[in-house]
Amino acid sequence: MTAAALFEGFPEAVAEGDVVRLAPNDLEAFARAALQAGYEMCVDVTAVDYLEEREPRFEVVYNLVSIQHRSRLRLLLAVEGDEPHLTSVTPIWPGAGFAEREVYDMFGIVFEGHPDLTRILMPDDWEGYPLRKDFAVGSVPVQFKAAHLVT
Amino acid sequence: MADQRTEEIWVAGTEEWDGASTDEGAQTMREEETASRLAEQIGAVVSDDYVIEDEAADDERMIINMGPQHPSTHGVLRLQLELEGEIIRRSKPIIGYLHTGMEKTAETLTFMQGPTNVTRMDYLAPFHNELCFSLAVEKLAGIEAPPRAQVIRVLMTELNRISSHLIALATNGMDIGAISMMLYGFRDRELILSFFEKTTGLRMNHNYIRPGGVAADLPPGWRQDVEEICRVIPQRLDDYDDLLQNNPIWLERTKGVGVITGEECLAYSITGPPLRASGVNWDLRKAFPYSGLEDYEFEVPLGQNGDVYDRYRVKVEEIIQSVGIVRQAAERMPKGDYRVDDRKITPPPRKRIDESMEALIHHFKIFTEGFRVPTGETYVAIESPRGELGCYLVSNGAGKPWRMHTRAPSFYNLQALPIMMADSLVADTIATIASLDPVMGDVDR
Repeated sequence: MTAAALFEGFPEAVAEGDVVRLAPNDLEAFARAALQAGYEMCVDVTAVDYLEEREPRFEVVYNLVSIQHRSRLRLLLAVEGDEPHLTSVTPIWPGAGFAEREVYDMFGIVFEGHPDLTRILMPDDWEGYPLRKDFAVGSVPVQFKAAHLVT
Repeated sequence: MADQRTEEIWVAGTEEWDGASTDEGAQTMREEETASRLAEQIGAVVSDDYVIEDEAADDERMIINMGPQHPSTHGVLRLQLELEGEIIRRSKPIIGYLHTGMEKTAETLTFMQGPTNVTRMDYLAPFHNELCFSLAVEKLAGIEAPPRAQVIRVLMTELNRISSHLIALATNGMDIGAISMMLYGFRDRELILSFFEKTTGLRMNHNYIRPGGVAADLPPGWRQDVEEICRVIPQRLDDYDDLLQNNPIWLERTKGVGVITGEECLAYSITGPPLRASGVNWDLRKAFPYSGLEDYEFEVPLGQNGDVYDRYRVKVEEIIQSVGIVRQAAERMPKGDYRVDDRKITPPPRKRIDESMEALIHHFKIFTEGFRVPTGETYVAIESPRGELGCYLVSNGAGKPWRMHTRAPSFYNLQALPIMMADSLVADTIATIASLDPVMGDVDR
């Protein structure tokens, strides 16, 4: 299977160079096809909050690398809603595990099927998702776990 | 008179201890406790048959935290280890202790200020962070650094790779007990840091590589400094070989320890020296060259076994290759501008501000609102000493990035730890972590 044949069966996918816009429902099938086509590594998963810029507001970004074809592929998925849900790609690329946890931690995007979807960089009891655009910089009181114990 | 003097001489154990003089309880160790401690030590001698084949019951497993204050975890890395006696069955890295929200901060800084922020991520390879961010901005803005800036960038990043690998070797040695290696590594890194200081004014967090070029030209006498570095470092590598390569303890502690296969590396998105030590030929400088690296001659050193020893060897070989690239860069250093000739991006020289109103306006605009970058999104990746360092940059046409995400190699490489350490000894975790060379500033950002 070649990289060009990858997009057959995904009529909603829009490819432009090495960037592919994909419908969120196609993610799992597309990821399996991409792995088959030689994209061995999912080097990065991240998200962007386009609050008041675009609708839907969240876009999840997957960066794939194929060592055998020496090529890159970037998947962009616009996901609906304020508490979006998406299929986890960890069964296909286990390396996405940390990255999906980071996206969950920072944006509150839930990856269904992730083995351990917990906060990774922020404290476990942190409220809110820091990289969302409606999470203010600076004006947030510092949260400490043991703050209530200190008198 | 002589009699009076001898009475003043104090002889230990002759006077009675006054237990009431302190309120902190007994200050001496009780005799029976000393004896029991000794018995514990005798019982703790490890015999050869410690490897247990069958699965132990749950109550025989113990979960222990290593870090975040453990000196051998290279910063504030915390590992949860599930131990069965001396053997690690499962482990989980817990991170975030150094998280400072740099990706959020980047959204409040102009593109010009961006390098100041990103250079603090991987603090052992600051030039790589700056280069990656600058390349991303340049790609979105559609500008290209002039030839001299590109060669300076290659020169600085490859010197930085050497200094970063020297730290990796130094700490790896120290963690296993080769303290001399630590001293040697830090001593020789000093050569390179002195050159950095001479060029950029700072030993780390340089903010030197900026969108559009570099902040300043190379200082007078840079060629002699670089030649000196290129002469000294390979000699010092021979010293390291005497210390480590021919050291049976070192070989015993590193060979066959912390093994990871190439397939596992790919599955877990491991890049950089750990990936190459497992035999996968993947170096972004060769695969997707940047800053004109396709014109330089160098090899990609590969390991076979993916153990601590191979990762150490790959780093040593990469230092040799980097010295070669630095030599080539110094030879071909072209004359010309070190910043792009674009008034909207490059601040005017100080003297022009006094002469020209237009220069003053440009200066004011660049430093108050920054230059604008066209709407778009891009991902640029370079080969940092730790692996693929990527920058995902989104601009909405304003003077500040809408979103800046760094693909930190240490962050992803940490996922290899549970695989490398499964069914290994606690003592080997130290060697394994060190060989992975994580920088916690890079992990947590």
